[in-house]
Amino acid sequence: MATYDFIFDGLGLRNWCGASGDDSGGMTSMAQLLAQTSGSDVVVSPWETPFPSMDAMHEACTSFPQSRALTSGLEEGFLSIKNGLKVVVDPLTQPLSWALNEALWVMQVVPWFIMIPLLMLISYVVSREWKLVGLVAICFGFLGFVDYYSYTMQTLAIIFVCALTCVALGVPIGIAMARSDRVQRIMIPILDMLQTLPPFVYLIPLIFLFSVTEPKLYGIAIILYAIVPVVRLTDLGIRLVDPDVIEAADAFGMTKRQKLLNVQIPLALPNIMAGVNQTIMMSLAMVVIASLVSAPGLGVLVLRGIRSLELGVGLLSGLGIVLLAIILDRVTKAALARINVSQSR
Amino acid sequence: MNDTSIKISIRKLYKVFGDDPQPALQLVMDGMGKAELLEKHNHVLGLNDINVDIPAGKTTVIMGLSGSGKSTLIRHLNRLIEPTAGEVWVDDDNILEYTDTQLRQMRQHRMSMVFQKFALLPHRTVLQNAGLAPSIAGQNERKYADEARRWLDRVGLAGQGEQYPHQLSGGMQQRVGIARALTSNSDIMLMDEAFSALDPLIRTDMQDLLNELQAELQKTVVFITHDLDEALKLADHLVILKDGSVIQQGEPQHILLNPAAPYIEDFVADINRARVLRVRSVMGTFREAGTYAGDIDHHDTLESVIAKSEGDTNLSYRVMQDGKPVGLLDMRKLVRALVPSERSVERETPDLSDLQSKSAETDAALSQ
Ligand SMILES: Nc1ncnc2c1ncn2[C@@H]1O[C@H](COP(=O)(O)OP(=O)(O)O)[C@@H](O)[C@H]1O
Ligand SMILES: [Mg+2]
Repeated sequence: MATYDFIFDGLGLRNWCGASGDDSGGMTSMAQLLAQTSGSDVVVSPWETPFPSMDAMHEACTSFPQSRALTSGLEEGFLSIKNGLKVVVDPLTQPLSWALNEALWVMQVVPWFIMIPLLMLISYVVSREWKLVGLVAICFGFLGFVDYYSYTMQTLAIIFVCALTCVALGVPIGIAMARSDRVQRIMIPILDMLQTLPPFVYLIPLIFLFSVTEPKLYGIAIILYAIVPVVRLTDLGIRLVDPDVIEAADAFGMTKRQKLLNVQIPLALPNIMAGVNQTIMMSLAMVVIASLVSAPGLGVLVLRGIRSLELGVGLLSGLGIVLLAIILDRVTKAALARINVSQSR
Repeated sequence: MNDTSIKISIRKLYKVFGDDPQPALQLVMDGMGKAELLEKHNHVLGLNDINVDIPAGKTTVIMGLSGSGKSTLIRHLNRLIEPTAGEVWVDDDNILEYTDTQLRQMRQHRMSMVFQKFALLPHRTVLQNAGLAPSIAGQNERKYADEARRWLDRVGLAGQGEQYPHQLSGGMQQRVGIARALTSNSDIMLMDEAFSALDPLIRTDMQDLLNELQAELQKTVVFITHDLDEALKLADHLVILKDGSVIQQGEPQHILLNPAAPYIEDFVADINRARVLRVRSVMGTFREAGTYAGDIDHHDTLESVIAKSEGDTNLSYRVMQDGKPVGLLDMRKLVRALVPSERSVERETPDLSDLQSKSAETDAALSQ
């Protein structure tokens, strides 16, 4: 006898259930085993009443599905739409694979004595701070010296492509959210979900969808994870623009487009840049996890450290990631500070 | 006011804020007041049956306490707010029939606005801010720079064009705001409490600046303030709002001498009347005979006449306008006009000419 027999008896569904739960051929529960060994029905005290879960129901009625059926059903469902999904998503995301491959190739091909000065120049143009240029030189010099140069460049290439994609997609989405309350209401739960799902969970359906060797697999995982801050902060930044200034723009006859390009985006720029900074930091965090699905770079070394317990490799590549994070953070923050100075009130 | 043409004409304008304004509007038209509408129907009465004619080339001041609907009214003139009912005519067009494009054209070329909190674009230089209107119309900086610089010079900001707004003081920022309005080359300038955020001394400077500009340019200015001193300093035409309704409008001197409601009496009670009232508002009709102590101009303030007479109330003066005598001013009458308690008599006789004969009677009564 199972605890919830009475439900099916009460509803007159016993016939639908087939024979009584006891004769079921499937899994045998612990309670049943106990009952068999003791040779008598177990007296279940009210304290031990099981939660009316799918498995407990299944015990009372074999026709009732077990929870295993739910998970495998989800899997089958996903597999059945997989091909349809692939037809749509594959071509859409193909440019991403292409961009990642190109970026990886370029970063590897350009020799170090051009690449490092180039990175120093970029950091100077963006920040106008010599201290930062020095920091960039020291960090890349160190990473090159310990023979991690090519790994570092791979990581940088991936972050470059993914962060750029995040901005290219995230800013327009943020603008749409700022312009329409309805879009905002729809987007906020999606963003919440993207932000709170454990990063590994993104990977699982993506592995089913694409082959593990395709770069877009990790590209999509990184973008989904890292796009959230730039979307949120673009929305916030535009909504926070001083309504008096917007009114002035209206009073002097600006079109919606002029208002967006000449007033709202420039005034939201500090917030948008803060979002870009966050996005870059998050893609850096994700790029390590993405090594699980064949993303090249420093993350591979971290994984090697874990897999084969090479403590030295793990620590050094971890340090490399920290150094990259510091550089990227400082450079984007310096750019942010420059924007803030030029329009502080 | 018959000799001046009307630039903006507001007809039966109503504004009800709320989710479902039309039924609420019907209640207002049937006579429900602001407080009751808010309490029983949760709608805010913004404007209630406004009819105002704004003369061309003059300064019209709209005055009222905070929350009386001044900002709401001025924003109807360029349709930053849509009315619930009514018409707004500008240059013989009902602007409520304008399409979006026509409306933007009007805002770019025919109407400009100056804001209480300046509302400059913080990421643009002073020169670029001043040139906002031409830049919206598609001109590049090189093209509008001369015009913008000319107006910046005119409002006292010569050489500041390359600064950013946050580098300027509040008074200077508002000068940029005025230059921005002037550069648009529009006939109509809307100013919503444009000087209220400024320190008193700077405020006086700005009022003087506006009066100078007006003498020079004769724009149609609609100026909003909650300050009667400011209103009287600037206004050619004064409109007093309370709870969304116009309770009196007309020539400021006339309103001062004939307040139409206790609300306005309270407003005018604290004013320095000697400085505000003009000779022409209190003088008597001209008689050839009689002696007078001297000539004064019809536009002189009473204060200056008192200074001239050195306080002697037995004197009387001949009032001149454009070299011709137009009236006589008796010092005793002048002194009486300074005392607001006479208003109860005046209130029953709103017409100025009536007022003069009336005060002549009281004159006689007093001298007995
Ligand atoms: N968008 C709005 N929604 C609801 N009520 C409003 C809105 N704008 C103004 N009001 C109300 O209309 C009245 C007039 O406001 P306003 O024109 O700003 O007054 P003023 O400028 O004279 O201080 C006030 O009672 C205010 O609360
Ligand atoms: Mg206001």
